[in-house]
Amino acid sequence: MTDKSNDIMDMPRVSPAGETTKEPVISIRGLKKSFKDHEVLKGIDLDVYKGENLVVLGKSGSGKSVLIKCLVGLEYPDEGEIKVFGQDISRLEYDELNALRVRVGFLFQNAALYDSMTVRENLAFPLRKHKKTMSREKKEAVIMEMLDNVGLVDSIDQMPSRLSGGQAKRIGLARTLILRPEVMLYDEPTTGLDTATSHEISELMVRTKKKYNISSITITHDMPCARLTADRIILIKEGLVVAEGSYDELERSEDEWVRSFFY
Amino acid sequence: MPPSLNPYQKAKVHVTEKRGQLQRFFYGAGNLVAFAGRFFKEVVKPPFEWREIFYQSYLVGYKSTFLIGLTAFIMGVVLTIQTRPSMAEFGAISLIPGMISVSVVREIGPVITALICCGKIGSRMGAELGAMKVTEQIDAMEVSAINPFHYLVVTRTVATTLMIPLLAIIADAIAMYGGFLAMNIHDTMTLRHFFVAGLSHLEFIDVFPAIIKTFFFGFVVGLIGCYKGYQARRGTESVGIAANSAVVASSLAVFIIDMLAAQITDLL
Repeated sequence: MTDKSNDIMDMPRVSPAGETTKEPVISIRGLKKSFKDHEVLKGIDLDVYKGENLVVLGKSGSGKSVLIKCLVGLEYPDEGEIKVFGQDISRLEYDELNALRVRVGFLFQNAALYDSMTVRENLAFPLRKHKKTMSREKKEAVIMEMLDNVGLVDSIDQMPSRLSGGQAKRIGLARTLILRPEVMLYDEPTTGLDTATSHEISELMVRTKKKYNISSITITHDMPCARLTADRIILIKEGLVVAEGSYDELERSEDEWVRSFFY
Repeated sequence: MPPSLNPYQKAKVHVTEKRGQLQRFFYGAGNLVAFAGRFFKEVVKPPFEWREIFYQSYLVGYKSTFLIGLTAFIMGVVLTIQTRPSMAEFGAISLIPGMISVSVVREIGPVITALICCGKIGSRMGAELGAMKVTEQIDAMEVSAINPFHYLVVTRTVATTLMIPLLAIIADAIAMYGGFLAMNIHDTMTLRHFFVAGLSHLEFIDVFPAIIKTFFFGFVVGLIGCYKGYQARRGTESVGIAANSAVVASSLAVFIIDMLAAQITDLL
């Protein structure tokens, strides 16, 4: 385990595929964000390397979701620098930001499926917008492949309202993966699901990472999910990164507050 | 118990409250103007979402025709029945078709159509976009690099701007037909005679401004419905508020535009 002050962030990382990756795909320095008088993030520094899943833990209201929303321009930092694939997102024009967003997938807490569209249309929608030259047959094949990945081929013509929470999350993941992002951001992917379904989603995240060699940041309170998916974990307390390490390292931490997450 | 306030303190609290309300009003109005500005910037920007525009036009136009038609028919019947006794008193029954056509085409048709659309379409758009905002569907579009303003707001506002004038023309025709049927309760007049007599009283100044203002009505119904939905905060309550305030604000805007149109027409 390391403290925020340690220099572990400057060290080169080894991806699970065994590839040493010096350059982070995501790099955050001195990120500050306030809502009116409430300062949510007070100077976050972190790096995410290629092929790595970074899990962010912290109590509710500690600014974890705000952190990943800043990465895709849903929120803008008051201070600090956010570089995704080496591009400072706060300096990008709207079209440049959109080009970057195609490379970054975001799975929302409630999946955020378009409820006026069927599952097929939900998956076809990003393809229709970004893969205009792709033939109809190819699009259909990609949709089927993604649904097959998440084990929900049979749900292709269902409306989102007919899906269970776990199914909606899986379809949300399939929709996000359909543009083959290089980075995935998971906002509490197992919240509101039963233990078995949470485990299925966590395994799906691991399989997805291995299959597509995706880097990811996962916001979660679900410790079994963190244990299964995390290459590295950081803990946020009162808007600052207060601890960093592997699951086992943090579980054995001498800090009572850190260990309280692992009970 | 809260401490009792002297009259000066009460007045101060009252003034502070009113000032806050006024600030919020101007803040909201400013935001709406900025929202409209963004619409004009985005509406000319390709790619054009033809498919969604056609779908929204179908929802706004075709799906509202029955309600608009029925209301217009009733208005035509009621207008004729209510005015007949006064006209009969002056021996001016033959002028009823002209009176019906002028009042329907100039005022009743466009305004009734716009108000029904405020209730039916404005509230639907407010609620739909509000729900999409609350359930993060708009954010999901944004992070998928799909411009939600372009896809949701521009298409809906274009659809209402184009469809409400068409609905108003249909409403005018049906209201005239309703007037014809009501006329035949006590008198006898052929459909052809009624329409020829009615339309002969219409001049360019009656028809042209009336049609032009329906484009503005359509624009505000779509824009305000979308704006209220887009401004929804977290929580299901805000969806209801968005729908409700979309109806109130767009109805008010329709009356303001109507008043301005009447003043401008009067100057011509």
